Amino acid sequence: MNGWEQSAISIATFLPLVGTVVIALVPKEREKLVRGLGILFTAVAMLVAIAVAVDFDYGARSGLQFEVNTRWIPAIGARYHIGIDGISLPLWVLTFVLSFLCAIYTWRFVPSPGKTKAFLALMLMLETGMAGTFIAFDLILFFIFWELVLVPMYFLIGIWGSANREYAAIKFFLYTLFGSVFMLLGFLAMYFKATPHTFDIIDLQQIGAAGGFTHTFQLVAFGAIALGFAVKVPMWPFHTWLPDAHTEAPTIGSVLLAGIMLKMGTYGFVRIALPVLPYGAEKYAPLIGLLAAIAIIYAALACLAQKDLKRLIAFSSVGHMGFVMLGIATLTSIGINAAIFGMVAHGLITGMLFFCVGSLYDRYHTRMIADIGGGVMAKLPYLGGVFAFVAIASLGLPGLAGFWGEVMALLSSYSPAPMLEEGMFRVFMVAGGIGTILTAGYFLWMLQRVNMGTIPERWKESPFPDVVRVEWISWVPLLVATVALGIFPRLLIGITDGAVTSLTQLFTG
Amino acid sequence: MTQTIDYHAIAPELILSGTIVLVLIVDSLIKKRSWLTMPLALAGVIAALIAALTLIGTNRVTFGGMYVVDDFAVLFKVFFLSVATVVLLVSFRYFRDGRVYQGEYYFLLLTAFLGCVMMPSSRDLLLLFISLELISAPGFLMAALRKRDLRSNEAGIKFFLIGVLSTAVMLYGMSLMYGVTGTTRLSEIGIALAGSLPQGQETMALAAILFITVGFGFKVSAVPFQFWAPDTYEGAPVPVAAFLATASKAAGFAGLLQLMFVAFPAEYEFWAPIFAVLSILTMTIGNFVALQQTQAVRLLAYSSIAQAGYMLLPFALVSGDQATNRLAFSAGVTYILIYAVMTLGAFAVVIALSRESKALPISDFAGLAKRAPVIMVAMTIFMISLAGIPPTAGFWAKLLIFRAAIDRGGIGVVLAIVMLVNSVVSISYYLAIPRQMIFEKPERARPFLSPVLVTGVTMVAMVAVLAIGAFPELLYHFPPLSTLVGR
Repeated sequence: MNGWEQSAISIATFLPLVGTVVIALVPKEREKLVRGLGILFTAVAMLVAIAVAVDFDYGARSGLQFEVNTRWIPAIGARYHIGIDGISLPLWVLTFVLSFLCAIYTWRFVPSPGKTKAFLALMLMLETGMAGTFIAFDLILFFIFWELVLVPMYFLIGIWGSANREYAAIKFFLYTLFGSVFMLLGFLAMYFKATPHTFDIIDLQQIGAAGGFTHTFQLVAFGAIALGFAVKVPMWPFHTWLPDAHTEAPTIGSVLLAGIMLKMGTYGFVRIALPVLPYGAEKYAPLIGLLAAIAIIYAALACLAQKDLKRLIAFSSVGHMGFVMLGIATLTSIGINAAIFGMVAHGLITGMLFFCVGSLYDRYHTRMIADIGGGVMAKLPYLGGVFAFVAIASLGLPGLAGFWGEVMALLSSYSPAPMLEEGMFRVFMVAGGIGTILTAGYFLWMLQRVNMGTIPERWKESPFPDVVRVEWISWVPLLVATVALGIFPRLLIGITDGAVTSLTQLFTG
Repeated sequence: MTQTIDYHAIAPELILSGTIVLVLIVDSLIKKRSWLTMPLALAGVIAALIAALTLIGTNRVTFGGMYVVDDFAVLFKVFFLSVATVVLLVSFRYFRDGRVYQGEYYFLLLTAFLGCVMMPSSRDLLLLFISLELISAPGFLMAALRKRDLRSNEAGIKFFLIGVLSTAVMLYGMSLMYGVTGTTRLSEIGIALAGSLPQGQETMALAAILFITVGFGFKVSAVPFQFWAPDTYEGAPVPVAAFLATASKAAGFAGLLQLMFVAFPAEYEFWAPIFAVLSILTMTIGNFVALQQTQAVRLLAYSSIAQAGYMLLPFALVSGDQATNRLAFSAGVTYILIYAVMTLGAFAVVIALSRESKALPISDFAGLAKRAPVIMVAMTIFMISLAGIPPTAGFWAKLLIFRAAIDRGGIGVVLAIVMLVNSVVSISYYLAIPRQMIFEKPERARPFLSPVLVTGVTMVAMVAVLAIGAFPELLYHFPPLSTLVGR
C-alpha cells in the first residue's frame, strides 16, 4: 500500500511521457498500432488516476495526500515534491479523462496533414506537462511542467492547424512565454525572500501566512507571478493570443487548450499566488475583479460579432474564465469553490463544444456560420442535438454544470472577503449578471443560425454521416458528467471545500 | 634561482605540443593522403584528455606561480579537449571532401586548442597574452583557409585586423597594469589593487582594466566589439566557425574570469557596471539583429553574440558579498559549458547540411523532418535549449544566472528582466529553423546524407542536452565551480 501511495501519481503523470517515447520508436507505417498505443497509454494513465481518486481520503479537510518529497537538485534547492489535495484532484483527474477521450477521438479523426505518430506523441507529452502542473508542490518543478506544454502545443497548432496556423502558433508561444518568464522571476524572488530559502510551495504558504514577506515585496512578487498566470488564463487584456490559437488549432488541440491548459493559470492563482502572498492578493483583488468583469462583458460582445463558429467559442472561453477569476478575486470560500467548479465545468462543456465544432467542420468543411447556413438539426439530428445541449449548458442553464460556477461566483461577489470593498464587487456582480444575459443571447442566436431553419440548397445532397460511434464514445462521458455535476454539485464541491476553506481562512481572519 | 618544473601538471600541453609537431611532419611526408593527419591529431587530443583527467582533484603550481592547475583549470582543460575531439570529428568529412590544406588545418586547429588549454592555467598577464595569441593567430589563418573563396578571405582579413587591434589595446593595458603594480602575476596584482594606491596610479589602474576588458571583449564578441563575428563565421569553413563560437569564446571567458576574480576583484565597483552595460548591449543587439538573419551560420553567429551577453551578466553581479559572487561565478562557468554543448550540436547539423548547400540559407532546412527525422529532432532540441525552454540543459543554465541575479538584488534584478525579455525575443529566431524543417515542404526528395561522425556527434550532444535537462544534478558532479572566488 505504501509503495502505491508513493508512486501512484508519479506513474499516472509520467506514463504519457513514456508513451511519447514508445510511439516515437514505432515505425510510422503502423498507423493502427500508433493509434492503439495512444489509447492504451492514456487509458492506463486514466485508470491509475481514477484509482487515486477512489483511494483519496475525502474525509481529510486539508493536507496533501499521495505526497512524495525527495531530493532532486540539492544544488539549487529544488525538490521533487508532489502531492494532491481537494483543489488539484478534480483538475488532475479531468486532465487524464479529457486526454483519453481525445485519444479515442483520434482513432477516427486525424487532422490534416496526417502524421498520426507525431500527433499522438506530442499530445501525450502535453498530457504529462498538464497533469504535472497540478501535482507539483515545488516551484521549479511546477515551472518545468508549466513550460513542458509549450513546445508540444506549438507544434500541434503549427503543423495540424488551419490556414493561419503558423502565426497563431508563434503568437501563442511568445505570449505565454513572456508571461511565464516573469512568473519565474517572481518565483526566484520568493525563494530568496523566504527564510530559510525554499522553493517548496507548502513551506512558502506557511511563511506567507505567518507574514514572512514584507508588504512591498508581496505587491511586486504578486504582480510578477500574476502576469504569468493571467496570460495563461487568459485575463482580459492578455487574451488576444487565445482566439487565434483556438481558431487555428486542430480539434484536439482546442479541446485540451480550453479544457485543461487555461486552468493552469487559474489554478496557479489559487495554489500559489493567493496563499503565499495574501497581502498582495488582497491589494490586487479589486483589479482582478475589474478585469474579470470587463472580460465577461467584452467576451460576450465579441461573441455577438463573430462569424466563425470556433472563434465564437474561443471568445466565450474568455468570458467563462472571467467568471472563474471573479470568483477567485472575492477571496471567499464560496468564490474559490465557484472558481474550481467553473474550471471543471468549463473543461467539460467547452471541450465538448470544440468537439462539436470539430465534427461540424469535418462534415461541412467550413466553420463560418453563414456558410453552414442553418438546418443542422434537420440534416444531422444527433449532432445538432448534442451541440444544442452543450451550448445551453455553456450559457449556464440551471441543472447543468455550467450554472453553478457562474451563480456561485456572482453570489460570492455580493459579499466578498471582509477587507475588500463591498460596493465595488457588487458592481462587478451586476456586470457579471448582464454578462450572463448576453451569454445566453449569443449562444441562442448562434443556435438559431446554425441549428434551426431549413437545410440550405448546397448541403441538401451531401451525404453527411451523423454522430459516429467513435464520437459517441468520446462524448458520452462528458455529457453525463455535465448533467451529473449540474444535478449534484456536491460531487465536486464536497471534494474542494475542505482545501478551499483552509485556504480562505487567511482572508476571513 | 633554479626551478623544478612540474611535468605532470603540464602533461596535456606537452602531449598536445608533441602532436602538433608530429602532424606537421607527417603531413609533409604523406602529401597524397593527408587526411591521415586527422586520426593522428585525434589520438593526440585523446591522450591529452586522458592526461588532463589524471589531474582532477590536484592543485599544482609551477613556473613560479605563473601556471596553476586547480579545479577551475582542470575543468576547462577537460572541456576544451572534449570540444577539440568534437571539432576534429565534425571536420573530417568537411575537409576531406574539400581536398584543401587538410594537414595545415589540423596543425592550426591543434595549436589553437593548445592556447585554449593553457588559458585557464595562466595566472600571469604575459602568459594570458601568449595563450590568447596562440588561439587567435591560427584562427586568422583558419578563417581564410578556403583561399579561393572571397568570403573566406574577407573573413580572415576582418578577423585579423580587428584581432590585432584588440591585442594592441590589451597589451597596452597590461603594460599600464605592470607599471602600477610592478608585477604581472594575477594574484600579486590582486593584492596590490586591494591595498591603497596613490591617486594618479588608481586612475591608471582603472584605465588598464578597461583596456584589458576591451581586448577580451573582442575575443568573446561582446557588443560593441562584435562586428567581425558574423562575417568571419560566415566566410570561414563551418567547422572553424564552430571552433570560434565555442572553444575560442569559452577561452576568452576563462581568461576574463581569472582576471576579474583573481587580479581585479578589488576594483569591482569600477568594472561591474561596465559589464552590466556590455551585457545588456550584447544580448539585446545580438538578439534583435539575429531576428533578421536568413543564413544559418549568420543566425548562429548572432545567437552566439546574444549568448555572450548572458555570459557577461554574472560579471556585472560582482559585489563585496562573496556568497553572491560565488553564485555568479558558478552560474557563469556553467552557462559557458552548457552553451558550448548546444552550439556544437547545432553547428554539427549545419556542417552536415553544408555538404549539399554551400550558401546555407535557412530555407535549405525546409522539410528536413521528412528527409532526416532524427537530425530534425536533434536540431529542434538544440534550438529550444538555446532559447532556454525546459526541460533542456539551456533552461538550467539560464535559471542559474537568474538565480544569481535575483540574489544580487538591485542592478541584478534589472539585468534579469532585460535577460528575460531577450530570452523571449530569441524564441522567434531560434524557432525559425525548426519551422523550416517541420512546417515547410522539402525542395529535394532524396534522403539527407549526413556523415557518420557528424551524426554521432549530433546524437551525443542531443543526449547531453536532454540528460542535463532532466537531471541537472549531473552538473554538480564537477569539482566546485567557484574556486577562484574570494582567494
